[in-house]
Amino acid sequence: MRSTLTLAKALNTGLRTAMAADDKVVVMGEDVGRLGGVFRITEGLLADFGEARVIDTPLAESAIIGTAIGMAMRGFRPVCEIQFDGFVYPAFDQIVTQLAKIHYRTRGRVRVPVTVRIPFGGGIGAVEHHSESPEAYFCHTAGLKVVACSSPTDAHTMIQQAVAADDPVIFFEPKRRYWEKGDVETDEPLAGAIPLHTSRVVRTGDDATLVAYGPMVRTCLDAATAMADEGRELEVIDLRTLSPLDLTPVLASVRRTGRCVVVHEAPSNVSLSAEIAARVSEAAFYSLEAPVLRVTGYDTPYPPARLEEHYLPDVDRVLDAVDRSFQY
Amino acid sequence: MSVPDTKPVPDPESVPGSDRPNNILPPVPPVPRDPDDARDGDPGLVRLLTPDGKRLPDRTYDPYLSDLTDADLYGLLRDMVIARRLDEEATALQRQGELGLWASLRGQEAAQVGSARALRDDDMVFPSYREHAAAWCRGVDPLDVLSLFRGVTHGGWDADKHGFQCYAIVVGSQALHATGYAMGVSRDHAWSTAGTSTSTSTSNGQGRGRGRGMSATLVYFGDGASSQGDVNEALNWAGVFEAPVVFFCQNNQWAISEPARRQSRAPIYQRASGFGIRGVQVDGNDVLATLAVTRWALDSARRGCPTLIEAVTYRMGAHTTADDPSRYRHAEELTQWGQRDPVQRMTAYLRDRGLLDDAAAAALDAEADTLAATVRKRCLRLPDPSPHSLFDHVYVDEPETLRAARDAYLEIEPSPATLEPRKAN
Repeated sequence: MRSTLTLAKALNTGLRTAMAADDKVVVMGEDVGRLGGVFRITEGLLADFGEARVIDTPLAESAIIGTAIGMAMRGFRPVCEIQFDGFVYPAFDQIVTQLAKIHYRTRGRVRVPVTVRIPFGGGIGAVEHHSESPEAYFCHTAGLKVVACSSPTDAHTMIQQAVAADDPVIFFEPKRRYWEKGDVETDEPLAGAIPLHTSRVVRTGDDATLVAYGPMVRTCLDAATAMADEGRELEVIDLRTLSPLDLTPVLASVRRTGRCVVVHEAPSNVSLSAEIAARVSEAAFYSLEAPVLRVTGYDTPYPPARLEEHYLPDVDRVLDAVDRSFQY
Repeated sequence: MSVPDTKPVPDPESVPGSDRPNNILPPVPPVPRDPDDARDGDPGLVRLLTPDGKRLPDRTYDPYLSDLTDADLYGLLRDMVIARRLDEEATALQRQGELGLWASLRGQEAAQVGSARALRDDDMVFPSYREHAAAWCRGVDPLDVLSLFRGVTHGGWDADKHGFQCYAIVVGSQALHATGYAMGVSRDHAWSTAGTSTSTSTSNGQGRGRGRGMSATLVYFGDGASSQGDVNEALNWAGVFEAPVVFFCQNNQWAISEPARRQSRAPIYQRASGFGIRGVQVDGNDVLATLAVTRWALDSARRGCPTLIEAVTYRMGAHTTADDPSRYRHAEELTQWGQRDPVQRMTAYLRDRGLLDDAAAAALDAEADTLAATVRKRCLRLPDPSPHSLFDHVYVDEPETLRAARDAYLEIEPSPATLEPRKAN
């Protein structure tokens, strides 16, 4: 059935489907039960699945992940909500030291299929610690898989795929896009969906390649629309998977366009864009007409809300980078 | 000319703020906790055997030992003697360069054997990294423990088969895993009794052995780990969710060089009341007391009442073979604790009861020697893992990028057949 859903509702619907499909799926986090989550992603799940499977937890992020690991060792499939990006750090040790390494440590004997949902990114006028983009920390750690959805359609399938995956998945949700709407096939079987760890072209073009994920996909699509008015066609690629990276569509595109601009909200220093620039340079060196350019947040802490429009990449900054790319 | 320092040098053992006139902190209990004088200040410490092996009657805990046969009592001593002998062998292997490191359990045999022998087969243990005697009791091959310290593997045994998870090196991290596991057990139990679960787990209900009710989870950690946030979060969660878990803290008085007093102003077991669960302090060098107290706590856990047990014991050796305790503790302390040796205590008790004579003691030592020699031989024969296994098991569903990295590595790495064989021992 095709419905027009917000990204938030698409996640909610996907989670509900995942819980109905497998009674070992449990949802846990702060305010996920009675309230339905501060962004209402888990709304109605408590009523439908009960307290044993939708667990309002004490306010302790390390314990949310740590006990989820224990439940996974017992055969459960926990989906943890970290309320905001900037609150994940108390759980960082459990994620990096335990969740990522248990399968390797036990030579494959113990699986920990935990999904960690993290609303991330800025643009909602929030107070400190509510607007961060910590994805690179997790991509740096072997044993974790990291994804970011950008649209209601993807959100609906990707959350189900993440929950069904046997590896731990850090699932980034673009919180400022929670209320954007899109068409979702709510009863489409997962089997037919494109695999979770696949990047894809979301707008075709031959003049330059824009690479983005999460909230910046919309920004890049808007930039491409603006550029089309000037007669240049930008190809936009939604990475979707941040670790492992799937650069196949990126390389195919760059070999055609010769120009590549990578866009994310996270700071640039030792970031995903640095990794992508390095890999594109290694794999498509002779196709490049210009160096891979980057449009990112600045190497500062996330600023107060009244400054965030200066911090966050926007259409102008993306187009400026594209212009610079064309100048080579 | 040096300027005299007008500030008094602070005593590192003094209580912060105690020099302030309005200090309202309650009096500090004796530090470190000394089982010999515990009855004076705190009637809570459970002891069933005196250091010279005399049995103390205890109305609360005696019923938890009433089913023990003479063979069971001998078995407890046998576990401890073997654990100590294997520990000595492992230390020797490390000194000879055959293990990279060894964390000796010497002195903690009673705490581990008593608690581990209280478990049912269907219970699950989350150990720290010094629980070699507990591993022995759970049927883990000693060679698998050695393989960890030899650098052959990060985790050497099948956790489900033994009801004994892999060692946790980051102290305290496993307390949360144990609590989460226990929450899973209680869910399985509720669903199986309600008949609504599709669970395929085989250990979700009435287990074998003593005690009724659901499987329990037991987590080992130390006085050092008791300071970690994860341990305190776990205690809190266990209380909130009424998880079937027993927290077994071996307070061995030292976290490398830091005395227990540096970890906590109050005795560790007293924290339990703040989390709404029960706390018990037990003489950790008394195998009968740790067995009885742990059985009691496990029975409570099976009904959804978690317990924090603080076993007061002593790390007689170094923290690990890389440590030199003479830098931070006095020899007299070791002598003092040597008089409370857990193995000697049980030996004296069994001799008193006529369950052990010189011949039987010698036979037990010989059995332990033989086992140690066998384990040594097998340890020396442990093959290094294949270099080709470097990339294995990072993921269940291996990404193409990792496959490509392995392929690139294999192009520069000679095949195992052409590698120089490891020097024969």
